[in-house]
Amino acid sequence: MTIEIKTATLEPVRNTYANVERRFGDKPATRYQEATYDLQSETNFHYRPLWQPDLELNDPRRTAIVMSDWYAFKDPRQFYYGAYVQQRAKMQEVAESNYSFFENRDLARFLSDDARAEVIRYLVPLRHVEHTANLNNMYGTAYGYGTAITQAQLFNAMDRLGMAQYLSRIGLILDGNSGDALVEAKQQWLEADIWQGLRALCEETLVTEDWFEVMLAQNLVLDALITDLVYRQFDQKLSDQGAQDIGMLTEFMQLWNKDATRWMDAVLKTAVAESNENKELLQQWIEKWRGKAAEALSPLAEAMLGESALAEALEQLDKRVAKAGIK
Amino acid sequence: MSKVYIALQDNDESRYIVEAIEEDNSEATVIHMPAMIRIEAENFLAVKRETVEEKMGRDWDVQELHVNLITLGGNVDEDDDQLTLTWNE
Amino acid sequence: MAAKKLNIKDKYRLLTRDLDWEFSYQDRNKAFPFEEFEGIKITDWSKWEDPFRLTMDAYWKYQAEKERKLYAIFDAFAQNNGQLNISDPRYVNALKIFLTGVSPLEYQAFQGFAHTGRQFGGVGARVACQMQSIDELRHVQTQVHAMSHYNKFFDGLQDWSHMHDRVWYLSVPKSFFNDARAAGPFEFMVAIGFSFEYVLTNLLFVPFMSGAAYNGDMATVTFGFSAQSDEARHMTLGLEVIKFLLEQHEDNVPIVQKWIDKWFWRGTRLLTIVSMMMDYMLPNKVMSWKEAWEVYFEEAGGALFKDLARYGIRMPKYADIIEKEKEHVSHQAWWTFYTHGHAAGFHTWIPTDEEMDWLSEKYPETFDKYYRPRWELAKEMEAKGERFYTKALPQLCTTCQIPMLFTEMDNPTQISYRDSIYKGDRYHFCSDGCKDIFDDEPEKFVQSWLPVHQIFQGNCGGPGVEDILRDYYQMNVGVDNMDIKGSPDEERWKKWKGVA
Repeated sequence: MTIEIKTATLEPVRNTYANVERRFGDKPATRYQEATYDLQSETNFHYRPLWQPDLELNDPRRTAIVMSDWYAFKDPRQFYYGAYVQQRAKMQEVAESNYSFFENRDLARFLSDDARAEVIRYLVPLRHVEHTANLNNMYGTAYGYGTAITQAQLFNAMDRLGMAQYLSRIGLILDGNSGDALVEAKQQWLEADIWQGLRALCEETLVTEDWFEVMLAQNLVLDALITDLVYRQFDQKLSDQGAQDIGMLTEFMQLWNKDATRWMDAVLKTAVAESNENKELLQQWIEKWRGKAAEALSPLAEAMLGESALAEALEQLDKRVAKAGIK
Repeated sequence: MSKVYIALQDNDESRYIVEAIEEDNSEATVIHMPAMIRIEAENFLAVKRETVEEKMGRDWDVQELHVNLITLGGNVDEDDDQLTLTWNE
Repeated sequence: MAAKKLNIKDKYRLLTRDLDWEFSYQDRNKAFPFEEFEGIKITDWSKWEDPFRLTMDAYWKYQAEKERKLYAIFDAFAQNNGQLNISDPRYVNALKIFLTGVSPLEYQAFQGFAHTGRQFGGVGARVACQMQSIDELRHVQTQVHAMSHYNKFFDGLQDWSHMHDRVWYLSVPKSFFNDARAAGPFEFMVAIGFSFEYVLTNLLFVPFMSGAAYNGDMATVTFGFSAQSDEARHMTLGLEVIKFLLEQHEDNVPIVQKWIDKWFWRGTRLLTIVSMMMDYMLPNKVMSWKEAWEVYFEEAGGALFKDLARYGIRMPKYADIIEKEKEHVSHQAWWTFYTHGHAAGFHTWIPTDEEMDWLSEKYPETFDKYYRPRWELAKEMEAKGERFYTKALPQLCTTCQIPMLFTEMDNPTQISYRDSIYKGDRYHFCSDGCKDIFDDEPEKFVQSWLPVHQIFQGNCGGPGVEDILRDYYQMNVGVDNMDIKGSPDEERWKKWKGVA
């Protein structure tokens, strides 16, 4: 039984903001709804940007994807700023305790020379990939349309910076804070043949102009493949070599990938469901970037894991794409 | 001479920080306003980790200052041991 | 192996500054295309001094702590009907201006810093901008949440975002930020990062929030001060940007000075609305606008410009006019809103006798001489049942978009008018400052979406003012607007308090 205490004089005049009411009716709204819907300015802009005078300051034409309502991209995690930072603070607390445990107990000394070299060669250079992902998500934040998708990309961008920093810390743990491992990993990134395909691809995403395409190339195609190769297959390989403790240092990324995947899959599904034009375009983009990524990652995957590794990762990607309603 | 200043939210943590600032900056003036405490000094002011830790009786990270900070004026330099505010004359 | 201890600067350099690389496969200028067109010369991004060295893990940790505290207070405020503890229902009208006029600027700041956080070629500067971007998103969202409870009990907050895009007086703050965002990335940083954040936002967030506390508004003071805790980082970034630009190349000095002149003037004009919130809309007064101006602009800004003199930077142009205006602007602005109170999305009123005495005391040179007589006349008219509303739509300044309400400072009864002719059309301004800004960039400012012009051109519906308010602005006419006396806000308050 619910008892409702009547306080006649303190009846609210309305339950939420008018824009939220227009979308969901006059009832109490969630914090996500009030902090997300219709926040971005839509009309009556005063000046064209000097840096892009053919478009308005906020303009849906910065991508070829067309949506009748850009707020259809509801974040399944319902992250607004407060929910986001509190969620990440919990994750970082666990990560911090893992990192200190690893450092205090000097677990690095149990790593074989081979395992240590592999971590520096294959894992630490990914900090540059995370940095690219940071920029690519900032791109969608700055030029995307509607708070629902731009705020989610900003959270993603900041996450990538955080993960670039965690990966750097792994290097510092392995080199006793000298920075040598970071120098070595950067040299790999800049010079080693196995990395050049991926580096070229990262640079290509950074000069690609359609923000939705960039988001898809980064957050769907590249992330799906790298997550599977590095955080599943390479993690397994390290474990098999007795270097399972490294898993303590990448737990954050593992957890994060689940979280980000849930969001990205929802975005893709929504964009596909909107129209056939969107669907066709998304399919083209996915094919284009899947092809480029497979080629770019092939030498890295083979050196890191062996011949069949990339095929496994591609299979994971294809499943996700199919689930979103493409093909 | 120009004034550097820092303002903190008026709460329990800030009281220890203000105590520490007063101890380390004998020339500083402390002004209590609704919900905030403003501290100003001529050209230089330092918030020192060691003194705050002594007042609080626990470890304290200089970056924790940001949780209670409202505003500041002056060139900021922050490292592991202190945050300083200066004007160059 | 004993790990050596890293100090915060080295650690930050290794974790963050070293992430970028020289491109081999693409033209780097295509990835960062907007760095050169403003004429700013950056010779070496590595000289950038990080204004603060917060890694993301620490950021999440401290920000989550702030958010936990903040939302605990929002919950308590709503559960205990905290709106009953405010000093006076008139106070809430300042919050209406805040939500419709200021919170959307936080949103634009989020967007603007996302732009610079993507575009700067130096990773240190970029990351600092990114953090400011996410902080600004925090600010708009916490403001929306802080006001959420007020919105359930007071009128005029409900359609804040729709209003911001359309309502005549809200084009003042909107165009200010549109101007900054439409500029190049370096001008944006001087405009918002430096001029606005370093000097001007203090005037809003510090004395006004202190005033919120003094008027029993726990929700607002809490978000205000919690937002300010991020602001200290933003101020440090603003100052670092200026120093960096000035140190990079001597050719940058005149460009930066021009931007400082423009943005301090534009910022001063924008703050006119805050001046009236401080002097007229806070029933319990903390300090006058003039006093706040002296502490946060003259004293703090003065110290800042003395510090910057070594680079060849001088005080902003028209600082002398600005100094005189502090005696006048709040009175001129509130009078303008009082007389246009039928077309505003909040309530207006005549100051009480005690409030007028306070204004006389705080403004001994000007209030009794120029402004009290107007209010005495308004009182007489109101007593006769003829509450005064002007029929005319105001003429707006093409640059700042404020109605022509400012007077000449050597003759405070003479409205100040300036004009320029550009490509055969005449444009009107409220001041030399605004005229200079137009004359320097006429192609930009002829684009201004001036609400009164738009109304006359039939772009806002109509034909009558009431039609525009109801249909285009989506206001509840007769509820959101007009005098506080007899408003539903006032009636509800009386009912809650059990007074007739």
